[in-house]
Amino acid sequence: MKAITIEGATKNFGPVQVLKGIDLAIEPGEFVVLIGPSGCGKSTLLRMIAGLDDLTSGSISIDGRRVNDLAPKDRDIAMVFQSYALYPHMTVRGNMSFSLKLKRTASQAIGRAVANAANLLGIETLIDRKPRELSGGQRQRVAMGRAIVRKPKAFLFDEPLSNLDARLREQMRFEIRKLHRDLGATSVYVTHDQIEAMTMADRIVAMNGGIIQQVGSPLELYDEPANLFVAGFIGSPAMNVLSASCIRTGAGTELRLGASTLAMVERGLDGVSVTLGIRPERVRLATADSGIAAELVLVEPTGLGTVAHLNLGGQLLKLFTTERPRISAGETIYIRVEPDDIRLFDPETGVRI
Amino acid sequence: MQGPDTRRRLLWIAHYLAVGAYVVVALFPLFWLLKVSVTPNSLLYSEGVRLWPSTMTFAHYVSVIRHTDFPLFFVNSTIVSATTAVLTTLIAAGAGYAFSRFTFRGKFWLVGLMLVTQMFPLVMVIAPIFRLFAPLGLTNSLTGLIVIYTAYNIPFAAFLMQSFFDGIPRELEEAAMIDGATRFGAVRQIVLPLTLPGIAATLGFTFTAAWSELLFALMLNSRQEATTFPVGLLTFVSKFSVDFGEMMAAGVLALIPVCVFFLLIQRHLVTGLTAGAVKG
Repeated sequence: MKAITIEGATKNFGPVQVLKGIDLAIEPGEFVVLIGPSGCGKSTLLRMIAGLDDLTSGSISIDGRRVNDLAPKDRDIAMVFQSYALYPHMTVRGNMSFSLKLKRTASQAIGRAVANAANLLGIETLIDRKPRELSGGQRQRVAMGRAIVRKPKAFLFDEPLSNLDARLREQMRFEIRKLHRDLGATSVYVTHDQIEAMTMADRIVAMNGGIIQQVGSPLELYDEPANLFVAGFIGSPAMNVLSASCIRTGAGTELRLGASTLAMVERGLDGVSVTLGIRPERVRLATADSGIAAELVLVEPTGLGTVAHLNLGGQLLKLFTTERPRISAGETIYIRVEPDDIRLFDPETGVRI
Repeated sequence: MQGPDTRRRLLWIAHYLAVGAYVVVALFPLFWLLKVSVTPNSLLYSEGVRLWPSTMTFAHYVSVIRHTDFPLFFVNSTIVSATTAVLTTLIAAGAGYAFSRFTFRGKFWLVGLMLVTQMFPLVMVIAPIFRLFAPLGLTNSLTGLIVIYTAYNIPFAAFLMQSFFDGIPRELEEAAMIDGATRFGAVRQIVLPLTLPGIAATLGFTFTAAWSELLFALMLNSRQEATTFPVGLLTFVSKFSVDFGEMMAAGVLALIPVCVFFLLIQRHLVTGLTAGAVKG
């Protein structure tokens, strides 16, 4: 049985349709990340799973039970909000035990559950403080603790790390992942940060314009994007997107970028204009006799490697390398790409060819 | 070197001088009220303008409490004001919550209508209200006053409460509802404790409004048993003279409940209770 099943879910806010038919099945224990730009409907989808927003049509089931008409409190899910939403008039202990008290759990059991969760998150010493006496990172932990004590059917995360600074975010990413490994609970995590999605997800659901663009493991989305949206959204620096054409020659059909031939492609594409995608780290430096000439526009050292912005026949192309080539802006350098690293998309629809 | 420091000190002094001047202007009438109430009648006009009389007396207070109906007016006013404050705040809290959290059909018109009611001078509606209240037995009664005060205070109080609810993040209720509370439970356990300053302010506002209202109290009630204290104060003004001493003593007594009331709620009037709820 699936942990969460979403079928044909749509959502209208007035005349605006923010979700246009979502189908998604989440396995028990899976960590699924919903990713997309602002306004793509990912948070709305999460809120619909939580029961905070109604569906316009379609259905949502949790553990095989249809929950469309069930109040949030009866869905047995926990949610961590971007703003943490800690109860300001209660101590950390009060915040964490609130749900258990509502369930009329015995006070000894509550005490144990809170102590365990606090121990797990390393917040034992903060237990009697009010939220306003805590730092951002500590509040985040308390919000997690509030979710954990309940042992819910599923955890929902609504951009829980966006209010933290970069270092803390990295640390919490690791901790949430570790918690998920230890607790094994089904988790749905909303973010717009592709690094969070890549590092945390078992499966990524990429969304745009109220539609699921692609579902798959992080590397599937990275290596085999289904369309230009996913190609551009996942990965940093982003995938290069260039206009190219397929020209019939004596040897077969050549994929041409300006005057340079990059690869041979199948016959069916004769005379077709295509959009070519290639990851920056797959663009390699070459020598003058084997490579394609490109003008170096800008060099960005990142420490980990170097991003070189190139002008290739009027189109911009990024190259990423962890070697430290001695190159500087204005030079002409030579590059090569392997045919296997090239992804082709339909320039009209953006769909992978 | 002394430039910015001196400047800051001067600004600081100017700031406190301005605040001080405001406090003096605002409180001076109250001081004068107190001063006249303890001035013997014989000295009232004979000593010229003095900040404090040469001899003090509480005779006016004794006379007000022993020989006038003031204690009755006082009780009437307390009943009317307290009931009005509680009723208004209850209803306004409900309305304010709905305005803050829900979108519903006709919300725009409802808010507009409530605003419109605030635009008419009260004098305009006195006669129709009287005509409506008389057959219902609501004239010459405290109930009538409570009804009209409550009705007239609700719009403003509702907007006041709405602004307090607006200040409480929606996520808090959502978190509580996910934690297992009903919407009502979330409001009672999470929103209500955080709105206490707002509730206190609304209670205080309506209580004082009802306590000092004169027009309706004067026009709707003519019998002594249903007279409130502002109307009662007028009885000290007769055709030929004004008994300033007793009037001021009554005025000082009338301040007491308001002061006590604000003393009780002042703890909740401090804001900042929601700090730390969401990202600080």
